[in-house]
Amino acid sequence: MKVKTASFEEIATPESATVSGAEAIIKCLLKEGVDTIYGYPGGAIMPVYDELYKYQDKIHHVLTRHEQGAAHAAQGYARVTGKVGVAVATSGPGATNLITGIADAHIDSTPVVFITGQVGSTLLGSDAFQEIDVVGISTPITKWNYQVTDASEIPEVLAKAFYIARSGRPGPVLIDITKDAQFAPLEFSYKKCSGIRSYKPVPEINLLQVERAAEAINNAKKPMIVFGQGVILGKAEELLKKLVEKTGIPAAWTILGLSALPTGHPLNVGMVGMHGNYAPNMLTNECDVLIAIGMRFDDRVTGNLETYAKQAKVIHFEIDPAEINKNVTADIPVLGNVNQTLNLVMELLQPNDHSEWHQKFKELYAIEYDKLIQHHLTSKNPELTMGEVIDEINTCSDGNAIIVSDVGQHQMVACRYAKFKTSRSNVTSGGLGTMGFALPAAIGAKMGKPDRDVVAIIGDGGFQMNIQELGTIFQTKVPVKIVVLNNSFLGMVRQWQQMFFERRYASTEMINPDFIAIAKGYHIQSRHVAKRSQLKDAVKEMMEAEGSYFLEVSVEQEENVFPMIPTGASVSEIRLE
Amino acid sequence: MEKKNYTVSIYTENNLGLLSRIAAIFLKRHINIESITVSKSEVNDVMRFIVIVQVTEDQVRKIVGQIEKQIEVIKAFYHTDEELFFQETALYKVRSSDFMKDSGIQHFIQETNARIVAATPDFFVIEKTGRRQETDHLYEKLKPYGLMQFVRSGTIAVSKNEMQISGILEKFNTTNSLS
Ligand SMILES: Cc1ncc(C[n+]2csc(CCOP(=O)(O)OP(=O)(O)O)c2C)c(N)n1
Repeated sequence: MKVKTASFEEIATPESATVSGAEAIIKCLLKEGVDTIYGYPGGAIMPVYDELYKYQDKIHHVLTRHEQGAAHAAQGYARVTGKVGVAVATSGPGATNLITGIADAHIDSTPVVFITGQVGSTLLGSDAFQEIDVVGISTPITKWNYQVTDASEIPEVLAKAFYIARSGRPGPVLIDITKDAQFAPLEFSYKKCSGIRSYKPVPEINLLQVERAAEAINNAKKPMIVFGQGVILGKAEELLKKLVEKTGIPAAWTILGLSALPTGHPLNVGMVGMHGNYAPNMLTNECDVLIAIGMRFDDRVTGNLETYAKQAKVIHFEIDPAEINKNVTADIPVLGNVNQTLNLVMELLQPNDHSEWHQKFKELYAIEYDKLIQHHLTSKNPELTMGEVIDEINTCSDGNAIIVSDVGQHQMVACRYAKFKTSRSNVTSGGLGTMGFALPAAIGAKMGKPDRDVVAIIGDGGFQMNIQELGTIFQTKVPVKIVVLNNSFLGMVRQWQQMFFERRYASTEMINPDFIAIAKGYHIQSRHVAKRSQLKDAVKEMMEAEGSYFLEVSVEQEENVFPMIPTGASVSEIRLE
Repeated sequence: MEKKNYTVSIYTENNLGLLSRIAAIFLKRHINIESITVSKSEVNDVMRFIVIVQVTEDQVRKIVGQIEKQIEVIKAFYHTDEELFFQETALYKVRSSDFMKDSGIQHFIQETNARIVAATPDFFVIEKTGRRQETDHLYEKLKPYGLMQFVRSGTIAVSKNEMQISGILEKFNTTNSLS
């Protein structure tokens, strides 16, 4: 007898009917509330596409122009909605084209279910046409993966896939389904998965640690909060705000924590990390209690670990036990969903005011403002700065847009200067730093939040990494706004060459095509600006446009992003120039 | 921190692909697996992996954390040698002609609780179960006699203290109604 290793809700709709494996897949997606999926067809997934044709009034399948585009679009959708994204591809090259997106979703804890077709089960292991061991390839970059060769397994396996992707610390799941299993008949009934015996999505809360954390916070003289995406994934934004307001503790965000607290909140002291703000980086090495909430002490955040917050007592609120003491030793680890642990700790916290300590952040901000920010935002140079463009978008959207950024200098500038009012408004590739992420992710973001303005901020290099997705925008008419900040360089790499390789600009100069002509080819409204006097009007025109819009801005070619913590340096060695 | 022998015990669902998932965790951190064994465990349908590594305690703690994160891993533990009873089995195939000549070695085999499990005119097969040092010692002893083949199993181990694995499974069975 087969042991039961997972449990399923008993709300099985007894619509038991014989369907094909392919149809069962679609029915599973519908049961999970999926209405939009991204993908690309091919031989081994054709039975599924045939069913998608029949179910096209129920599920919107978006044909991207490359499977990587499908993966990132599904990520963008998941990041803004909090729902599980879905991407579909054929076997072989279709599956391998997904890999970058799977890896990106894995490292940024994004819930996405990937479905790949596979050659018939009798051909497995024979090096058949377009056979690739995608389960093997994706093992280290998935939260779970599984190959289905027997159609009758489909409902249970997909139920588990969705449960695993969304529960606990979310992540990508890949289900590979052989072609014969897509054709074979099964009796369909669906029960949502509610538990897997070997998997504990949320660790038990240790109340003693909650008490210890509260005591440390209450006694702190110079406490500082650093929060990450865990706050967003745990839907704890309101709790964080309450906690910050009750205790008066200055709070900084990591790149993936952006937008979990409004930018304009008086206690929001900006971004930590390599290109973060001066104050929170400097004061990390001065605070007496460091309260880390839903973040994982990535090396881009900590700089040199040997000199990171050594003076501070570290409290780590975290859902994933493997993150505790991984990079930074926690004096007080508080395991659990931050939604629950912050709630518990809140009860024990005394109202406080740390205005004198907060004043230090303001003083350091003033230094950063004088030395950098004012020059970035109100430059006297003839060339436009990236910061000015982001600031103009802030003004024009009143801080209400979803900002999807690619990877490079423009990303850092976008994350430093974009203003957010609501959570889940920042979509960027954090852990993997995937160039080519933004254009497809913006498509998914706009489809996930059609009522919000979605603005993609992309470099001239990254734009050309998934530029083909302009075709998806054209075909689906999804009204995303695309801003390319063109410096004719792979800017971030060029900056490193300038700083650390004596200006040897090896393969970072870009001779670019006529981007406006390309946008025209896709019938996307477009405009190019190079002058300050044109910027305001162009951004306004873009934001007011009904449909999609492409704005190319020529910016200063050799602008550098500062502040910067050079690799290997301490957070308090952050450089302003 | 000092490197030591650690025995990682992993209880898992019997699932295809888990071996590569677990191996990848070691590979990614450049940790050499000294030995690995997979077998049934004391719980029905639950497998037990035993992996021996030479690492620091900090490394083994992190590895176990990563292993436990895998969906089909029920629970993972790590132990030092002192906390375990462990054994491995080695087989030695030696040429009969050389072996027969020397009664000293035959005595040695008896005294150290090794066994002759096959004897043919051409070769003898000797089996020894014990700790690594013991099987190593016999290896050195037999080498001069024309060792034709040598093979050793992975280490298997049981802990002196209880590993609370069945408790975890029972809890699942009571908190979730299973049909
Ligand atoms: C797929 C991929 N390849 C290479 C890199 C390394 N890389 C990081 S930033 C960067 C330059 C990006 O240039 P561009 O898109 O023009 O943006 P800019 O830095 O100029 O704003 C490169 C090549 C990467 N992050 N991703």
